[in-house]
Amino acid sequence: MMLIRYITQIGRYFLMLKEIFNKQTKWSVMRNLIFKEIDDLIIGSLGIVAFISFFVGGVVAIQTALNLTNPLIPKYLIGFATRQSVILEFAPTFISVIMAGKMGSFITSSIGTMRVTEQIDALEVMGVNSLNYLVFPKIIALLLYPFVIGISMFLGVLGGWMAGVYGGFTSSDEFINGAQLDFIPFHIVYAFLKTLIFAMLLATIPSFHGYYMKGGALEVGRASTVSFVWTSVTIITFNYILTQLLLGS
Amino acid sequence: MIEVKNIEKSFGGIKILKGVSTVFETGKTNLIIGQSGSGKTVMLKSLLGIHTPESGTISFDGRIYSELAPDEKRDLRTEIGMVFQGSALFDSMTVAENVGFPLKMFTKDNNSKIQERVDFVLKRVNLTDAHKKLPSEISGGMQKRVAIARAIVNNPKYLFCDEPNSGLDPNTAILIDNLIKEITEEYNITTVINTHDMNSVMEIGEKILFLKDGLKAWEGTKEEIFRTDNEAVVAFVYSSNLFKKVREAYLKE
Repeated sequence: MMLIRYITQIGRYFLMLKEIFNKQTKWSVMRNLIFKEIDDLIIGSLGIVAFISFFVGGVVAIQTALNLTNPLIPKYLIGFATRQSVILEFAPTFISVIMAGKMGSFITSSIGTMRVTEQIDALEVMGVNSLNYLVFPKIIALLLYPFVIGISMFLGVLGGWMAGVYGGFTSSDEFINGAQLDFIPFHIVYAFLKTLIFAMLLATIPSFHGYYMKGGALEVGRASTVSFVWTSVTIITFNYILTQLLLGS
Repeated sequence: MIEVKNIEKSFGGIKILKGVSTVFETGKTNLIIGQSGSGKTVMLKSLLGIHTPESGTISFDGRIYSELAPDEKRDLRTEIGMVFQGSALFDSMTVAENVGFPLKMFTKDNNSKIQERVDFVLKRVNLTDAHKKLPSEISGGMQKRVAIARAIVNNPKYLFCDEPNSGLDPNTAILIDNLIKEITEEYNITTVINTHDMNSVMEIGEKILFLKDGLKAWEGTKEEIFRTDNEAVVAFVYSSNLFKKVREAYLKE
């Protein structure tokens, strides 16, 4: 019974995706909606992403330094480990999981509130494709999400460098040498590819939970929680699959 | 004119509408009344296309809704204005943006023309100084007037109102009722109002459909409702002493 419910929901999600691209909203209206979503979802996330990335980058560097107890292991590994952790996993995946909470709950609760207060019904009655009107601008805005992750990567490594150097764990030269060591450009491609896929998940899964919710204010809160759980689970699952496909073979 | 033929609608195996047929006439305020749970809202949402009836047909001036292509359905919806029970104004838009929204979406009018029309309809609903306010900054009565202005801004052929005066004080409720009636006559719209407010019935009811347990229990005019001996209608409409006395006075005349 539960399995049937999950399959039904997945089918409904894909039907929603199809409907998003049907009957486009007028460009003059859509343009403003896209700018608004860029402001809400992208610009509005920069502060928290910058803060978390900088300090987690610092912690990664300190943790690595504290675990290098063998004097034969060179100190430049601190820079190397920080770069690898931040670029490959922390920035694309864990920032996305955090964004599933921040952006995702915002998307679910704003669309859910529109559902509860009949604003979505009002759009439909007017003849507006409400899914296109509400979700499409979010998808387009989140095409800029890789820029957020790019900033996160930079600040993560910068945080590691500052913690490493000013904490007395390594010298600046050693850290920078380590950060440049064995650099594989495809790792950046891999990180941004998965970021783009996570961006689509971040835009659509919370929208799905908000759009199809039923009930009142309590259910809006519940839908936000469920949306966070499912977005995180999907991101982590896709992370595994993409890593296996792009790096594992 | 909206013609409803034998519509049925169920939720979770429970039949809410059990074959309702009626005609809503153009230029008149058609009221759907009945107790809570009688199927009024389901009926209204079926007329709006939000719910799809399992059987029966709804035709808008000869166009049978269920037989229309998706694009034709969307085009038909642009001819519909709706006033929701909670107003359903868009939180993020100002009053003027809310009212101008249907024009921005469906016309090629430039901003100044849209502004002109918005000013006109807001003046029509007696709201001239709220253009830049957000829905959260105005009273419930004002929100209802904005919702009416938004519903009529693109000259709809059909106007639907779901309990338009619920939660309003008696004075504002009468103002809203009269405004809807005036607009209906002025623009020759087919107006359908879902209500259980007997004041509205007495004030503006020209054609009244009484639903009971998902069935049409009675229909007639405001005058006929005073004379009817239908037990269900009498029990519902004249449940208060005030209306009993109004009826007695009317019948004495």
